[in-house]
Amino acid sequence: MKRKLLVYGGVGVLLLAVSVVVSLSIGSAGISLRDVWSILLYRFTGLEFGGGTWSEGEMAIVTEIRLSRVLLAILVGACLALAGAGFQGVLRNPLADPYTLGVASGSSVGAAFLILLGLQTAFGIWTIPAVAFTTGTLTLAAVFWLARTKGAMAVETLILSGVVLQAFFGAFVSFMVSLSQDTVNQILFWIMGSLAMRSWEYVYLLVPFLAVCLPVLILYGQPLNLFVLGERHAAHLGVRVERTKLVVLLTSTLLTAAAVSVSGVVGFVGLVVPHLLRLLVGPDYRVLIPLSAIGGGIFVLWADTLARTALSPREIQLGVVTALIGAPFFAYLLYRRKMLQGGAS
Amino acid sequence: MIEARNVSYRLQGVQVLKELSFSLAGGGLHGIIGPNGAGKSTLLRLISAVETPDEGELLLDGRRSDRYSRKEAARWIAMLQQGGLPPAGFTVREIVAMGRYPFQNWLGEEKEDPSALIDEALETMGLLGLQNRRMDQLSGGERQRVALAKAMVQQPRLLLLDEPTTYLDIGYQVQLLDTVRRWQRSRGLTAVAALHDLNLAALYCDDLLVLHEGKVVAFGTPSEVLTADMLKRVYGTEAAIITHPGTGAPQVLLQTMKG
Repeated sequence: MKRKLLVYGGVGVLLLAVSVVVSLSIGSAGISLRDVWSILLYRFTGLEFGGGTWSEGEMAIVTEIRLSRVLLAILVGACLALAGAGFQGVLRNPLADPYTLGVASGSSVGAAFLILLGLQTAFGIWTIPAVAFTTGTLTLAAVFWLARTKGAMAVETLILSGVVLQAFFGAFVSFMVSLSQDTVNQILFWIMGSLAMRSWEYVYLLVPFLAVCLPVLILYGQPLNLFVLGERHAAHLGVRVERTKLVVLLTSTLLTAAAVSVSGVVGFVGLVVPHLLRLLVGPDYRVLIPLSAIGGGIFVLWADTLARTALSPREIQLGVVTALIGAPFFAYLLYRRKMLQGGAS
Repeated sequence: MIEARNVSYRLQGVQVLKELSFSLAGGGLHGIIGPNGAGKSTLLRLISAVETPDEGELLLDGRRSDRYSRKEAARWIAMLQQGGLPPAGFTVREIVAMGRYPFQNWLGEEKEDPSALIDEALETMGLLGLQNRRMDQLSGGERQRVALAKAMVQQPRLLLLDEPTTYLDIGYQVQLLDTVRRWQRSRGLTAVAALHDLNLAALYCDDLLVLHEGKVVAFGTPSEVLTADMLKRVYGTEAAIITHPGTGAPQVLLQTMKG
C-alpha cells in the first residue's frame, strides 16, 4: 500500500510539475518561452539571466496573472476531486460528486447572494466561503431528505434529488445575477465556473482549507475502505459509522464550498478524477485520497489551460470544459452501472 | 459471558424485543431460533454492542454493552452477517486483512505484523488459491468463506453468526458450520448463531434459545426445546420429531395438513 502510494504519488507530482511548466509557458500574450522562465527565475531568486528583454508588463502577466491562475487551478481541482472521493466513499455511491449532489450549486447560491447584496467582505475574506459552506450543507441535507425512503437511499434517487436541487439553485443564481448591476460575464462565471481575473489572495484563501481537509480525509481512508462492505460490517469491525459519515460529509462540503467561492461551479471534477484513479490504482481510499488531490490539480490545470488558450484571446468558461469532458463520463458510468446491475464499485 | 436483564428494544417505534432475560455461559455454540420477525437478528446486534437496549441491561463479560467503545467491542466480538459480504473491488486478501482494523492505530499500523495470521485464516478457509482474486469475481459461497476468514483474523472471543447459512446449498451449509464448530472448540470461543434451519440448529448447537414475538419462550438443550408442542405453539405448524440415527440429535419432520 505504501509503495503504491509512493510510486503513483511520485509519478503524479512529476506530471503535475510538467503540467505547471507547460501551462505557464503558453498564453495569449505571446511572451516567449525564454522570457517566461527568465522572469520566473528573476522573480523568485533575483538572478538575471539571458539578457532580460522582457518588460514590466510582461513580468506582471507571468507572475501576477499566469502563476496565480495556475496555482489556483491546481488548488480548486484538488478540493473538488477530494470532495468527490469523500462523497463517493461515505455514500457508497459511484455517481456522487459535488456537482451531481447539488452541493456546488447550493454553495454558489450563498456566495451569489452575498455578492448581489455587496456583502462579500462583511466579515473579512472568510465571509463568502463561510456562507457558501452553510448553504452547501443545507443543500446536502435537503438532498438526503428528498432521497430518503424508509431509511435507505438508492444510488440513482440520491443523484436525481441532487440534480433537481442543482437545476433549481442554478436558476436562482441566474436570477440573482440578472438583478445585479454587473455584466453578463458574471452570470456565466457563477453558473459555469471560471478562474479568469482571480488574483493571489484567492490562492491564499484556498490553502488553509486544503491544509485542514486533506489530512482529515486521509485519516478516514481506512474507515472508508471498510464502508465498501456496508455500514453494518464497518460498525462490527469497530468503525464509528455515524461519526465517520458526519466528518467526511462535512469535510467534503467544506472543500466544495471553498472551491466554489473562488471559481464558481466547476462540474464533474470530483466524478472523473477519483474514477480514473480507481481504474489505475484500485479501490483503496488510503491511496485514492492523496492521489485524488494531485490528480484533481492536474485535471483542472489542463482544463483551465485549454479554457484560456483554445479560442485565445477569448476565454471559454472552465466549467464548460470540465462539463464537456465530465458529462459523457457520467453517462458512461451510468451505462456501466446498468450493465452490472447494482454492483457498487 | 452474556447476561440480559429485562432487555427491551424498539426499532422505528415497534417493540421488537420485550423484557428479555437470559444468560449464556462462556464457551459452547448457542443457537437462537424462532420464526421470521421474532427478533433474532436484532438480539444479535444488541449482543454485538453495535446497538444498545432501550431498557434493561445487557452485560458482556460483566460489563454493560453501552460502556464499550466501538473499537473495544470489535477487538473481541466478531459478527458474521446474513447474506455475507457484498461484491467489491478489493481482493480477498485485502478484505480478510480488514479484520485487523480494531487493532490498528490511527496510522493503520499495529504492533505485530498480522500477515502470518492472515495466511493462517486463508488456509483454514481454503482461500489461499483465491487470495488475489477480486471479491466481485467470487460466488456467494466463496464470499461467505471470506467473511468467516475475516472474522477469524479479528481473533474474537465471542463470535456472532446471523443466519450464516442463508442462500448456501446444503454442502456449503454443513461445511461452514463444521468449520465454525471446529474453530469454536479449538479456541474455546463462545459462539452465538441465529439459525433458521431447526435441523441444523439441533445438530450443531449445545443449547437453543427460542424467541417468539420478541420474548424468550424456551431455553435448553436441543432435545429439551425441540418438541412438537413448542413447534405448534411458536411456528403454528404440526411436525414430528425423530432422533438422528447418527448423533442422537432431535430432527424435525414437517407434515402436511391432514384431510
